[in-house]
Amino acid sequence: MELSDSKTNNLEIILATDCGSTTTKARLFKKIGSEYRFVCTGEAPTTVEAPFEDVTMGVRNAVREVEELMGIKILSENGIQIRHSSKDRGVDLYVTTSSAGGGLQMMVFGLTKSITGESCERAALGGGAIVMDTVSLEDGEPIYKKIQRTRHLRPDMVLLSGGTDGGNISDTVQAAEILKVSNPQARFGESFSLPVIFAGNVSARRPVENTLKDSFSLKIVDNLRPSVELENTDPARDAIQELFMEHVMSHAPGYNNLMKWTDVPIMPTPRGEGTMFQTVARMERINVIGVGLGGATTNIYSTFDGKFVRTVSANLGMSYSICNVLREATLENILRWIPFPMDPTDLDDILANKMIRPTTIPHSLEELIIEHAVAREALRLGLNHHKFLARGLRGAIPKKLIEDTFGDSSLLASYIDMLRVDLLGGTGGLLSHAPRRVQSSLMLIDGFQPEGVTRLIQDSVFMFPHLGVLSSVHPEIAYEVFDKDAVIRLGTCIAPKGRPENEEEEMLSIELHMPDGNIRTENLIFGDMMRIPLAVGEVIDAKINPHSKCDMGAGPGHELTTRIEGGEVGIIIDARGRPLVTPTDRETMKRALLKWLTHLQAYPEKNLKKYMELI
Amino acid sequence: MSYAFTPGLSVTKSTMIRKKRILPIPGDVHVKVGDTVVAEKIVAQTFVPNDIHMRPISYIVGCEPYELPKIMKFKQGDFIKEGDLMAETKSFFGLFHTEHYSKYTGTIELISTVTGMVAVREPPISVHLTSYIPGKIIEVTENLGVTIETHAAYIQGIFGIGGEQQGELMTIAEPDEVLTLDHITKECAGKILVGGSLVTADILRKASDFGVKGIVVGGLRRDDLNKYLGYEIGVAITGQEDINLTCIVTEGFGQMRMAGHIYTLLNSHNGKPASINGATQIRAGVIRPEIIIPLQDTKTTSEDETLTYGMVIGTRVRIIRQPYFGALGSVAELPIELQVVETESHVRVLKVKLEDGSLVTVPRANVEIME
Repeated sequence: MELSDSKTNNLEIILATDCGSTTTKARLFKKIGSEYRFVCTGEAPTTVEAPFEDVTMGVRNAVREVEELMGIKILSENGIQIRHSSKDRGVDLYVTTSSAGGGLQMMVFGLTKSITGESCERAALGGGAIVMDTVSLEDGEPIYKKIQRTRHLRPDMVLLSGGTDGGNISDTVQAAEILKVSNPQARFGESFSLPVIFAGNVSARRPVENTLKDSFSLKIVDNLRPSVELENTDPARDAIQELFMEHVMSHAPGYNNLMKWTDVPIMPTPRGEGTMFQTVARMERINVIGVGLGGATTNIYSTFDGKFVRTVSANLGMSYSICNVLREATLENILRWIPFPMDPTDLDDILANKMIRPTTIPHSLEELIIEHAVAREALRLGLNHHKFLARGLRGAIPKKLIEDTFGDSSLLASYIDMLRVDLLGGTGGLLSHAPRRVQSSLMLIDGFQPEGVTRLIQDSVFMFPHLGVLSSVHPEIAYEVFDKDAVIRLGTCIAPKGRPENEEEEMLSIELHMPDGNIRTENLIFGDMMRIPLAVGEVIDAKINPHSKCDMGAGPGHELTTRIEGGEVGIIIDARGRPLVTPTDRETMKRALLKWLTHLQAYPEKNLKKYMELI
Repeated sequence: MSYAFTPGLSVTKSTMIRKKRILPIPGDVHVKVGDTVVAEKIVAQTFVPNDIHMRPISYIVGCEPYELPKIMKFKQGDFIKEGDLMAETKSFFGLFHTEHYSKYTGTIELISTVTGMVAVREPPISVHLTSYIPGKIIEVTENLGVTIETHAAYIQGIFGIGGEQQGELMTIAEPDEVLTLDHITKECAGKILVGGSLVTADILRKASDFGVKGIVVGGLRRDDLNKYLGYEIGVAITGQEDINLTCIVTEGFGQMRMAGHIYTLLNSHNGKPASINGATQIRAGVIRPEIIIPLQDTKTTSEDETLTYGMVIGTRVRIIRQPYFGALGSVAELPIELQVVETESHVRVLKVKLEDGSLVTVPRANVEIME
């Protein structure tokens, strides 16, 4: 969407909000001299739910904090004041993202789970949706079970696809018939028709339309899989955004008013968030993995060799769905990241209490460490989910591999190679609010296990979604604020892939040409971690020699000569090996964890010493 | 003055409760405005669509999908019984017959000439909607349901399992007492039990076996919840469990003394009938479990019918996270500036004067307003 020149010129104050599932976050951007900067933040609980059921109340409260802190007047009885002639009050532009009330929840229908089903998922996730369920005609499940599943869901929208253009129409129409007889009801608004997007075989358009038009609000777009070798998710993704505004947002509590306040369409939070990670990858021409760790979901974004994929792992989050992380990760896996004595039953209860009181925050250091432990597991699970969808088109066999046998697993493997990831970034309340930057760095490293040389960044105060929606109308301003105020450059992680046979052996030696002219040499044995200060903006030369069984990107045992960037944390050398295998004995693991946390100064030293004494 | 916005759980001695009872789809309403109803009264009824079965009939009888209308013995919308001849094809001048008999009883909802599928929907299921609480019908929503009004004490729990139940309240333990199997006796049958700081899976099972309708307790361990239900709850969306006992937790997970004001209010109604519902939904529209105790007295307290939209100096609050979990007090100060807490985080805080007179500083996010 383009705003008129009068709107985009001379913008001095811009207000952006994100209505999250837990908290509504307001961010104020201001033109200072000739540059745009982030100046203020305000937060308040989201009020999309009972007893308030009006999202604008939370927005007002978050903005009221901004008003208090800045000493300016933004709110009026009618909402956000947009400045016209008067310069005394109001803002020049107001934009917002939203994931409140569970975000955009979609159901997808495809003919085959691995071909159109996956393409449907990618399109829905690309549109910023959470995929509640995927129904495919040929997954072996009896039709009556598909109908039962579909009947009981209350999605915001359905995406239906199937068939290549000009191919057989019968199966595609059958999928439409299953959808019709299942008659799923929309989540919001009992009286309105559920939006359905058909992005399948062009030849099936008319019979699909005849089947669905009386029961649903049908929109037909180009086939997202026009041929087996081609995926075209953009038209479906754009339709999702359009229908999200027209049908879903307008029925969610209070959004009708919020839509009138904003200058541009409300954007789903994951879409806004992903836009900024995508921008970094495009501007720097690098491979990027980003994560938005939220209260209800974990959103992962990857740009690999120019290909962008977004996944939203519903029910992997740090508040509403924290017990689901516990269920999927298991207590043992969370306990391994906790360095003090912890009764598993107590841990269970602490997390369940967070689930039922999702807006509370850790007050004691122990509770903070527990949440960081859960975050590591949520990230690990989220990346596993992402890798499942970030892979080549199934069904399409590259010519050079035709001679390969059917079912060659290499065709189905994810193309995400952690050794080729240049940059790892994180956003979301828990990462952005981590009291020490090294804590968020460690969560990213432990959760994602980067390999080789990987730069780390994080969102300073959670504003990637805000900048994402702002970039839809004013990309220059969004990128300027992003570069100057949103991105915290944490530093660089150096982590060899592989591990020596003998755990006493040296894992790597590294030679760093420090900014003061000295050459610093370090040798790390397997299992060690080290933090070397290197300030933001400093870039140095390094020679890294890994163990013969380990790879830094130049091949096993081969020296890598590279440039290393500094950051608020500096350089983290992780010689724990990849894949990371943690000791199964709880006491041994606690000792190892405390060693890592102490070397990295991750938490206050006196507390870590106290925990060590308790072992 | 800074303004904070933290919803709390309702604990009200006396208020006017209005319950909207709405059918999932339109049906018949059996009462009219002004009627007085008991909690068990069926106020509305409807039929919800039953399961539907799709079968590839053209494939089964060996014809093209477009030929289906000719070979079907029933039309779309017709009622068909199990065993009825649904479709028949003849070939070779009528020498060979292929017949298909319906496997289901129901209405033919789809005959597809594109795919050859035929869908039969089973007869609808009758759904009865009870009043849930006794009171007066004050509004009828045509074909959908009613609004019932009653004067009652109203208490919200923090988490619950199980659906709507009615029964007499029966106090069985002090607020800080850990419940044991001995607390559950034959006299508890049909009752809603009140008290205690902890209930276990064994006690819930025994109570269920004895015909107890509900238990309202301070705390429950998540491990016991999993053992009782037989599965793990990942997100707090409950109320549809297949159990005959409703359990409402007033404080949270773990052993937790029931808050004094909740216990005192429930205990003051010992022996009186109540309606409870364990349904909890933390996401996408918060629903908290509830206890409704209808009152004879029609006086209401001054604070009823008010939603607390903000927190100001003097507001009564409860701290809902360690290290002061469960402590009650009143807001003494609402500083605007961010302050550093033990985690080293810079957060917005408030100062709370606790009931013992001490003053503590806690993150604003960690208190709830006591309504």
